[in-house]
Amino acid sequence: MKRIVYREWRLAPRRYWALLASLAAVAGVGGLAFWYMEHQGHWVTGMNNEVVWGLPHIFAVFLIVAASGALNIASIGTVFGKSTYQSLGRFSALLAVALLIGGLMVLVLDLGRPDRLIVAMTSYNFRSIFAWNVILYSGFVAIVIAYLVTMVDRGFRGYYKAAGTLAFVWRLLLTTGTGSIFGFIVARQAYDTAVLAPMFIVMSFLYGLAIFMLVLIFAFAQDQRTLGPYIINRLKGLMSIFIAAVLLFILIYFLTKLYGAQNYDLVSFYLVSGGRYTLAFWFGWVILGLLAPFGILFHPVHGRDRRWIAGACGLVVLGGLASIYVIVIGGQAFPMPIFPGKTILESGFHDGVGGQIAAYAPSMPEFLLGLGGVAVALIITAVGVRALQFLPESLADKDVDPHAAVKA
Amino acid sequence: MNNPSEEIDQGRRGFLGAAAGVATMTLAPGVLLHTIASAQPRSERVTDAVRYGMLIDTTRCAEGCSACVSACNQENGLDLQRMPAGMDPEKWDRQEARWIRKVKLEDKLTGRITNLPMLCQHCEHPPCVDVCPTAASFKRADGIVMVDRHLCIGCRYCMMACPYKARSFIHAEVEEKLTLAPRGKGCVESCNLCVHRRDNGEDSTACADACAAQGHHAIIFGDLKNPESTLSKALAAMPSRQIRENLALNTGVRYSGV
Repeated sequence: MKRIVYREWRLAPRRYWALLASLAAVAGVGGLAFWYMEHQGHWVTGMNNEVVWGLPHIFAVFLIVAASGALNIASIGTVFGKSTYQSLGRFSALLAVALLIGGLMVLVLDLGRPDRLIVAMTSYNFRSIFAWNVILYSGFVAIVIAYLVTMVDRGFRGYYKAAGTLAFVWRLLLTTGTGSIFGFIVARQAYDTAVLAPMFIVMSFLYGLAIFMLVLIFAFAQDQRTLGPYIINRLKGLMSIFIAAVLLFILIYFLTKLYGAQNYDLVSFYLVSGGRYTLAFWFGWVILGLLAPFGILFHPVHGRDRRWIAGACGLVVLGGLASIYVIVIGGQAFPMPIFPGKTILESGFHDGVGGQIAAYAPSMPEFLLGLGGVAVALIITAVGVRALQFLPESLADKDVDPHAAVKA
Repeated sequence: MNNPSEEIDQGRRGFLGAAAGVATMTLAPGVLLHTIASAQPRSERVTDAVRYGMLIDTTRCAEGCSACVSACNQENGLDLQRMPAGMDPEKWDRQEARWIRKVKLEDKLTGRITNLPMLCQHCEHPPCVDVCPTAASFKRADGIVMVDRHLCIGCRYCMMACPYKARSFIHAEVEEKLTLAPRGKGCVESCNLCVHRRDNGEDSTACADACAAQGHHAIIFGDLKNPESTLSKALAAMPSRQIRENLALNTGVRYSGV
């Protein structure tokens, strides 16, 4: 294996600026959507007193979960000593920080009082997993930037392993914290289970890798850099393991819930009778987001085609958004069991009369704000790879395969 | 002994007199206000010598009656909320804040009908307080669970965590508001057992008064820690339970006949 040379992303200026301008336009529209919602109040969104977290939370949670997963590539190189992955460490860390900032931005801009952000940073209740997450998220950015420094600056090379290990442990804590936001909610049947924390970790592995591969394939193709089959096959293998792991956790989640008779209704809501949530679960998450990409990756012909592989990654991303939709919105829409054994005939506050699920119709400003967060993450990535030497000049087999010389 | 040769400095006297007058004018209102304030219970620290709570006797709660809801809306200025122009009323119905609501239940096995008001249950271990990142959601020493409107950032995690769906988010600007409930867009709120009445030394809540005025007496408010209170005596006399008692939150609001 040769020594890896890193180079700035040398896209033709016109194309580069056009790309940045279109991303900035999407981010700008997201900013306008925020301004509109903040100015008017949340009544212009589809959110209400039953479904209190809407589309912005889907984007925010997805980006934050994917951020910790995007760092995985760097961790495999540093913590587990896989030299092939070390060449992708810088890019992995940059993407992780970018995705986290994009996700956090959406989360903060959807607050009822975003102007009180300083309160969130100065007044803490340490019993709240949300308060811990404020520390976990900002700590993640700081640690990963320090980790990046140990990768690029020879003077700090001695701390490389330590920084990488700390970042790896921190990212596991971060995703545990994100999963626990839901896992700790005893009030709602869909949550209230510890399995959500490891499930979010496994989901982060998959979604982070899918975004990583998509951006990597795009960046290399645009710059005519070589991305050999060796590294693609490694990443494909990793992705199929993660898909299988997510499927396993879905199974565990439902088996855990099914064991108690009290949750039969909930499981039936998700799997059979939940309308759009059932549809999103089966078609969005399981079939399109997990089984179809799995099939593509193992397809004897399409599995070798870059475009198909990129398509599979795209499906995983869409399936990932569907999964957060099912968990976050579905979990709120399913009526809370305030009066077990009773049917609610009338209520002055929509308590799921007759078992009715809560209404939520996403609005355009919410969607645009979420998309704005994605654009911000991509802008940070695009500027990062353009200005700094983060992308390897070549990932051809002869450069990254530790056994290339032997094979030759 | 005074030296008669020394003349009295009239200018200095005048200055001191004026200064004393200005000082009195400045300080007196403060001193006076402080005295008035000290005479009121609201200047005393809330203690845990009391724990406010309620018993709701569902057998007395009349179907079709919503006196408690109307009284709460009026007392806490919830009736001052206005639907934004051009909005779908059905959507607004899901967004408008409510502190208390009437619920009608049917037992799945027996078909027995129960009517009851639902409100914040003022838990001893409130999940909304546990999850609040900024400690805006808090429990007073006297057991009242409420929101500090200065600290609430509108994250709505408390609404996710409340097992009784007792909280509301203020979705739109409220132009007109009461001094005792300064309702700000983007914050969360819920029943605070008419906390202003507690601080003014009054002994009931708007909902309990309204229910009594209707002759139903389904809501009994009082001090759970005082064995002599009407509430404690009623709780001792009739069987009661907590809603979602499996969560072991030790609610301050108890129900009988459910």
